Amino acid sequence: MVHITSPAFKANAARALADAGLQKALDRSKGTSHGKRAAAVAALPEFERLREIGRDIKNHTLANLDFYLEAYAAQVERAGGTVHWCSTADEARAAVLKICRDKGARTVTKGKSMISEELGINDHLEAHGIEPVETDLGEYILQIRKEPPSHIIGPAFHLNREDWEKTFREIHTELPKDRVFHERSDIMAEARTKLRSRFLAADVGITGANFLIAETGSSVIVTNEGNGDLTQTLPKTHIVLASIEKVVPTLEDATSLLRLLARSATGQDFSVYTTFSTGIRREGDLDGPEDYHVVLIDNGRSNMIGTDFQEMLRCIRCAACMNHCPVYGVTGGHAYGWVYPGPMGSVLTPTLIGIDKAGNLPNASTFCGKCESVCPVKIPLPKLMRHWREREFERHLSPQSVRSGLGFWAWFAKRPTAYRLATKLGIGALGLLGRGKGAFKSLPLAGGWTAGRDLPAPEPGGTFMARYQAQQRGGRR
Amino acid sequence: MSKDAILGAIRRGLKRGPLPADQQAMLAGRIATHPRHLIPARSRLPRAEQIALFIRNVEKEFGTVERVPDHAAIPAAVADYLAAQNLPSRIVMAPHPDLTGIDWSTRPMLEREARRAQDGDAVSLQHAWAGIAETGTLVLPSGAERPTTLNLLPDTEIAVLRASDVVGAYEEAWDRLRAGAQDSLTGGFMPRNIMLVTGPSRSADIEQTLELGAHGPRRLHILLVEDEPAPRMESPAEARAEATTQPGAPAAPGD
Repeated sequence: MVHITSPAFKANAARALADAGLQKALDRSKGTSHGKRAAAVAALPEFERLREIGRDIKNHTLANLDFYLEAYAAQVERAGGTVHWCSTADEARAAVLKICRDKGARTVTKGKSMISEELGINDHLEAHGIEPVETDLGEYILQIRKEPPSHIIGPAFHLNREDWEKTFREIHTELPKDRVFHERSDIMAEARTKLRSRFLAADVGITGANFLIAETGSSVIVTNEGNGDLTQTLPKTHIVLASIEKVVPTLEDATSLLRLLARSATGQDFSVYTTFSTGIRREGDLDGPEDYHVVLIDNGRSNMIGTDFQEMLRCIRCAACMNHCPVYGVTGGHAYGWVYPGPMGSVLTPTLIGIDKAGNLPNASTFCGKCESVCPVKIPLPKLMRHWREREFERHLSPQSVRSGLGFWAWFAKRPTAYRLATKLGIGALGLLGRGKGAFKSLPLAGGWTAGRDLPAPEPGGTFMARYQAQQRGGRR
Repeated sequence: MSKDAILGAIRRGLKRGPLPADQQAMLAGRIATHPRHLIPARSRLPRAEQIALFIRNVEKEFGTVERVPDHAAIPAAVADYLAAQNLPSRIVMAPHPDLTGIDWSTRPMLEREARRAQDGDAVSLQHAWAGIAETGTLVLPSGAERPTTLNLLPDTEIAVLRASDVVGAYEEAWDRLRAGAQDSLTGGFMPRNIMLVTGPSRSADIEQTLELGAHGPRRLHILLVEDEPAPRMESPAEARAEATTQPGAPAAPGD
């Protein structure tokens, strides 16, 4: 499993803010991903209604998840495939390893898959003498650099061009040292050439799945590069890793969700390759795998059903929430400390690794609401983060300073006269102190605030309540 | 067994046991009738405009389209395209009767092999089963006559598509597929693999900047065969589907 650093979110974030290379990478994408999504959405007048349809399809499926999973598995088996039901990450890793061993596999190619990161499949295979090769361009360089992805659809989001060139020179040592990377396309061409031979030599191909279709027993992957298709077409064995909430009833249901996915993710109308895989090579087929396995993984999802967090299982992993998040936009994905960053990660990570380890994440939000407003399946992310904050408080996991501060505030909030008096005195004092200055550079007990910005001094005229009462007495203007 | 554990946990969460038979029958019925949801209005166009939309969308996604009058014109169109792109006069093509039935003797210098693709093949000629105007997408079901590797290994893919096989929305392609040949293994309608291809391969993994030709073809060129003199009649499958759900009207997924 991926090493967890979520408890150190605050330190991670401080380090991220001071990392010039990371800030350069994050700045580059500011606005562009928003603009692309906005343009794609504007070009489809039905988009808002499609979001409601997407939400309803997922809700309907989750309410009948047991039925649709069994229907899906029956269709996979009809098409010559095998379904491996796995409750835990351990079971899933063991199932993948067993398939690879049964096939005598030495190398395994992989399409990009977040569930694979969640399971830590690569480390497990490597520990047992099987070489995994990531084939998505971004995942390829991260595997070389031994870094986790920092974004769920653009894993190398945090890297700059010079990082790519440096790493490729270090690792592709058989190529001329003095070769020049004139364009980004030169970097890509080098990876394409290096990976082509790996695709052809692999014994097993492992992909994730964006959707599973109960009607047909198909697994669906969505890519732009074509690496996922090479991974699942060339080797003799194809393994699909999919969590249980990926299933949808029919092709029509998957189609409606696909209309939302690429537009929300990259601002494309449709991804370049949307591929439906259904079982094994048919008689007469000239290519395609002879074995087809689906490793169907729960790993904590079924515990979310019937709870406040069931809505999170609608997520189709488009990354719109992190692309629009002001916190992700300055910290990047690694600060979140596990597989899933950004707002969706702040809700999902505590369910999967525990609120005791991930308590910082639902607090790393300004609750601006942008994530919910762009979510293609209308997940109320701020509400779910608030549920986590409440649970953290109830379980006495929040820090003592937060608890005392909240208790102090609550005492006044429950006593309006005392509250008004206290705020009147406070505002008056701040107003006097700040007169002529306009703002405070530092204040006792407010170092956390003033370290990053100035606190504006109150304008004359008293508190909001005082002004409101004055206005009421004076009649409506 | 983990299957029982997973299904049991789901049912506990839903606060019920296995679904009663009548509700299972209702859900099976929903799968069997596979109701359409909202279909965007953009592809609901008169025939000529629908084909124009298909072409516009392919070009928007960096593909190219050439209209040819009939299949007899394909050898010249392929040879000229290869020459213009400075590519060798050699193709690996799908063993599909539409392509193997062409009289290739008009271009004797064009080397052809009908097979799956291998490493080192520079150019493939694929048979496209359908095109989807909504997003300029090709529908490429796998089969003996349409190997999947032709869509993936060569640097350049040329696809032959009949104009009469261009449909508006994805759902129309699904209904055509359901009405088509039975799969030899399952008796259903899904072949082993269906690729929906929209433009040539690309990646934005390096600095979020789009570059073409990541792992799949760098070029996607479509030869659109003008086999449709008059507006096409709606197929019975489409007429049936539209009778149950009006275009643009969302069907409730729970129905």
